[in-house]
Amino acid sequence: MPIIDAILGDFFWRALIGGLGVALVAGPLGCFVVWRRMAYFGDTLAHSALLGIALSFLISVPINLGVIITCVVLAVALVLFSRSKTLATDTLLGILAHSALAIGLVTLSFMPDIRIDLTGLLFGDLLAMSRHDLIWIYGGAALILGLLTMLWRGLLMSTIHEELARVEGVPVERLRLALMLMFSIVIAVAMKIVGVLLITALLIIPAATARRLAHNPEHMVGLAIVFGFVAVSGGLTLSWHLDTPAGPSVVVTAFSVFLLVYGSARQTQS
Amino acid sequence: MAEALVELRRVTVNFDSRPVVDHVDLRVQRGDIITIIGPNGAGKTTLIKAILGIQPISDGALTMAPGLTIGYVPQHLTLETTLPLSVKRFMLLSGRSLQECREALGTTGVAHLLDASVHHLSGGEKQRLLLARALARRPDLLVLDEPAQGVDINGQAALYDLIRSLRDELHCGVIMISHDLHLVMAATDKVICLNQHVCCSGYPADISHDPAFIETFGRPVAESLAVYHHRHNHSHDLHGDVVSGEEGAHSEDGDHRGCSHAHH
Repeated sequence: MPIIDAILGDFFWRALIGGLGVALVAGPLGCFVVWRRMAYFGDTLAHSALLGIALSFLISVPINLGVIITCVVLAVALVLFSRSKTLATDTLLGILAHSALAIGLVTLSFMPDIRIDLTGLLFGDLLAMSRHDLIWIYGGAALILGLLTMLWRGLLMSTIHEELARVEGVPVERLRLALMLMFSIVIAVAMKIVGVLLITALLIIPAATARRLAHNPEHMVGLAIVFGFVAVSGGLTLSWHLDTPAGPSVVVTAFSVFLLVYGSARQTQS
Repeated sequence: MAEALVELRRVTVNFDSRPVVDHVDLRVQRGDIITIIGPNGAGKTTLIKAILGIQPISDGALTMAPGLTIGYVPQHLTLETTLPLSVKRFMLLSGRSLQECREALGTTGVAHLLDASVHHLSGGEKQRLLLARALARRPDLLVLDEPAQGVDINGQAALYDLIRSLRDELHCGVIMISHDLHLVMAATDKVICLNQHVCCSGYPADISHDPAFIETFGRPVAESLAVYHHRHNHSHDLHGDVVSGEEGAHSEDGDHRGCSHAHH
């Protein structure tokens, strides 16, 4: 089909289509990050993505897969560590977030043969989106949306009251694991467009913006997706016209919308 | 004897090899209202978590009637402010129909709050919502952790009355934790005074004269509750080990020096 081919042949459209796919799953997952106070946790996982990239080169597996596996392993390790309660969770996350990033950077520097665009990985790159990436994004998005739909009631219930959920037979631990798997996937596929340092922002800001206007959880998820779409299309357009880095442009747009919504909501209230 | 909904035999729960619940025997049948009382750190919440199946037990046996549905009313419903939630949505998350949810809310007297946000409810309204949430599941066993917390005095009495009438209506068993000794004494069938182990148990009037009860709650409390004479058939000795790790228990009751325990 020539039209589709023409669209996918244009790097801007590829980036936009990819970005919208990321926003589609960043909305609902971002809501869980906000509801379950997992912002720092998400950051830690995202920072470990760089280590995942380095490992993917070492054992020659697809980068996306390497990142997903690294994030899942780290997530499980985090859960196990935090149970021992020898360190406060935020201290533990602070240690692991930056150590993972540092280890990733150091490992990559040992591999001079491999040329990767570090700035692109850290802050996102409009030009880097390939057709192959689009398949990963939409495959990942389909998987995440499928899982979320299937597990929605249990996930929501265990977020509202974990013990009540347990008593009602919700498999809380398994759902926590599923949620981490979903975070890992979204990090792996969103990495190229917003960069590992800013992924958490794309999760949190649209969800927080949506909170101002939402009356129930599903409503908030819907609005978070819409605000994510606005952030991605606005940010990429900005990046295209002004030649600004893609990730920061998306985050700046998301933040502007956040300020706008909170500002106007306050006016209507008073 | 009727079939027990839940039966505990010498159930022990250890935290770091320190017993928090120590060899507790307990049996709940349909129609029972059993109230667990005891100082802070006595293991009350741990005990009901074991009954709920969310706290693994270290030793002993816990048997449940097959197919038992438990309705749980937790101590608090502390909702993240970032999570928007209406009463209706919260009720529907029980998996029951809107009609059943409405009826349950009506039974606990908060049907008018169906469309309200959970964030805007008062303490008493939240407790009634949690109770309705448990009722919607048509429980065989209702487990309540300090159901009257954050409720004013009149509301407390009304809440205990409600729990009693629910027991009659559903013909379920009820286990609850309470600090409201006066109200408990009036509203409950059987009281278990817990301080890691079961200090004493029996009908409300009986236990207020139990030396173990007096030692745990202090003489003024016991005297104000006493309406009935009761003689214990065993002696008590000092059993400091059991509570040595429980600093909270000591600061709560000034004269509490480890609840004495009967060796049968």
